[in-house]
Amino acid sequence: MAHASRRKFLTTAGVAGALLSLPALAQGSGGRVVVIGAGFAGATCARFIKRLNPNLNVTLVETSRTFTACPFSNEVVVGLRDIKAQQFGYDRFAAASGVVIAFATATAVDPQRRTVMLDNGSQLDYDRLIVAPGIDLRWDALPGYTEASVERMPHAWKAGPQTQLLRSQLEAMDDGGTVLISAPANPFRCPPGPYERASLIAYYLKTKKPKSKIIVLDAKDAFSKQGLFQNAWKELYPNLEWVGLSNGGKVNSVDAGEMTLVTDFERYKGHVVNVIPPQKAGRIAQLAGIANNTGWCPINPDTFESTLQPHIHVVGDATIAGAMPKSAFAANAQAKVCAAAVVKLLASEKPDEPRLINTCYSFVAPDYGISVANLYRPKDGMLVDAGGGVSPLNASAAFRAQEAAFANGWFKTITEEVFG
Amino acid sequence: MIGPAAIISAAVGLAWSGIATAAGVANAPPGALSCSGCHASAASVETPVPRLAGRDANAIVAAMQAFRAGQMPATVMDRIAKGFTDEEIQAIAAWYAAQKD
Repeated sequence: MAHASRRKFLTTAGVAGALLSLPALAQGSGGRVVVIGAGFAGATCARFIKRLNPNLNVTLVETSRTFTACPFSNEVVVGLRDIKAQQFGYDRFAAASGVVIAFATATAVDPQRRTVMLDNGSQLDYDRLIVAPGIDLRWDALPGYTEASVERMPHAWKAGPQTQLLRSQLEAMDDGGTVLISAPANPFRCPPGPYERASLIAYYLKTKKPKSKIIVLDAKDAFSKQGLFQNAWKELYPNLEWVGLSNGGKVNSVDAGEMTLVTDFERYKGHVVNVIPPQKAGRIAQLAGIANNTGWCPINPDTFESTLQPHIHVVGDATIAGAMPKSAFAANAQAKVCAAAVVKLLASEKPDEPRLINTCYSFVAPDYGISVANLYRPKDGMLVDAGGGVSPLNASAAFRAQEAAFANGWFKTITEEVFG
Repeated sequence: MIGPAAIISAAVGLAWSGIATAAGVANAPPGALSCSGCHASAASVETPVPRLAGRDANAIVAAMQAFRAGQMPATVMDRIAKGFTDEEIQAIAAWYAAQKD
């Protein structure tokens, strides 16, 4: 009897507790946060917001159930790595983070009413919205390069089927063939990426198809880690030619049918043609009115709040982040700063002035790593370089191998922090 | 010039404030959360990069100052350390020292 009544009391209390807490939760007693995009930026941000204040309702909106990471995907392109090593689901993330994941696509944002519409018909209300959509490719920027061209001339700048397509094209190419890469003007995702890709393809050709060559046609004269890459190319890859802007490297148009890239002076025909086209912030950023006429999103560097729409923050590749490059490390670092700022703003507190690091490794060969590492701080509304630099130009093979080992460690560490 | 005694007392003071609240991450000083991009928070990650959580604060401060001065062999840490002030290094070191698994 006593037991029964005690059980009954507990049950009733439990139900009452649930009844009391449900409306409070639904209204978001601590606040409602919606994050769009579950890549390095968005997944990190959602996770840290929930960790910083477990009372907040955090909903993460993501189209895909599997994330395919871009860093290290150049190794997949040349057969040094399986695509599966790039892929992460969200089961562990959901269990560990307390973040609610909505597998849907955000189709509209109403900054006045503070709502996000999803393609499954539901609507999410927010007090703070974080937009982390990554990049979209610009189909209006390079004549001849359309969505229909990507099967013949893959971009492989969003990891996944495109990465595997470029890999299979390289495998199928006869020895003696020519590989072309078209590299875009700044800004774009992963500034050293085209040159890492060129290096690893040159490595692949040298070891597997030694009569073949690779030519990089570039819309600029200067690029990330340039001295390091060019030193290594001189030493390792006589089969690699880089043509900068001043030497007519800018690709003006593309003929996918002819597998040809057209510059001011020449028509380059390739057996494998990788076009890395100009880019802009992902679609939802354009729809939300947080991208300016450059196609990218201006932000306040202390909080990553959009300078165009209050209560909306932007992190990762979609941002105009001053001196910070569009890298996964930067996206992760920005997301943590943004998370801390959002939690403080929701509590009506003043966010700290942040410090952010970017460390970005590139492979010139499987055991030859190089890096750029910098600290950033806000100054006059921008994130400025506060010190750092690239790997030394003259270093031992052991030093390069150690950087390659650190690169591998970095990938494991960051993916565990973000998706684990 | 900050003497070793001042560094220790600053570190101890900050370490104490880090322990004072349950949510350690909420007290992370500027820059600290960027470190975990390479220095794993989870012990399970296989990486040659050392973990920072629970490490002695003075040892972290000494290493960062040696990296910055170019007196310790490094690949990237000499470059990263350049941008931090003594105060920032001390705050970050104290916070990591206070982090438990």
